[in-house]
Amino acid sequence: MSIKVQYFASLKDAIGKSEDEITGEKSLSVKDVWDLSNQGHKLPENTLAAVNMDYAELNDNVSDGDEVAFFPPVTGG
Amino acid sequence: MQIKICANEFDPFQEIQIFQKSALSIVKKFGATSVFIGTMRDMNDGDAVEAMTLEYYQGMTEKQLEKFVFEAKQQWQILDALILHRVGNILPDQTIVLIAVWASHRGDAFDACRYIIEALKSRAPFWKKEKLTANDERWVSNNTDGYLNKNK
Repeated sequence: MSIKVQYFASLKDAIGKSEDEITGEKSLSVKDVWDLSNQGHKLPENTLAAVNMDYAELNDNVSDGDEVAFFPPVTGG
Repeated sequence: MQIKICANEFDPFQEIQIFQKSALSIVKKFGATSVFIGTMRDMNDGDAVEAMTLEYYQGMTEKQLEKFVFEAKQQWQILDALILHRVGNILPDQTIVLIAVWASHRGDAFDACRYIIEALKSRAPFWKKEKLTANDERWVSNNTDGYLNKNK
């Protein structure tokens, strides 16, 4: 399966990329997506995740074609 | 419901007026309007701030804002809502966010408006990066909880 990954704000700066595309054979969780896209980098504390533009938990499963995003706490308004 | 992400400066009072005159959902029906306007300050955390850049997650931001209005409609009797939020480069004194809620009665208008701004502050994917006068940039790390009592 193929997953589109997006990064935002300070997290994007910290890991040096704004997007990625990962492929996997088995079923993947949101956390697996982070690990595959960021080998060796620990997921920073307080990171929020979304699947297809809705908030998700790290142990939620993703499906082929999903868009997964990781970002720091939000600071709008 | 109208949700707009704006790359350019806008006049919140003009936006309210335009919506109020044209939205059939509220014309001649509303008795109460509650408005929140957030404006950029030239100071934050004890430092002078020269400008700010606002980043957002296109698609998710709009989806979440629509959800907040939907959640508010489930809890209060409101007729309609208008949300505008700036992105890109912003200067002190410019409006960052406008939330306007129309209802028959003030209680619903006030409570729904408060609900939407607090939801936006804690859940809408926007991020501020401040440009300090000392030619130094920093990401704002988090928003404070608006319901916390600072005077306790």
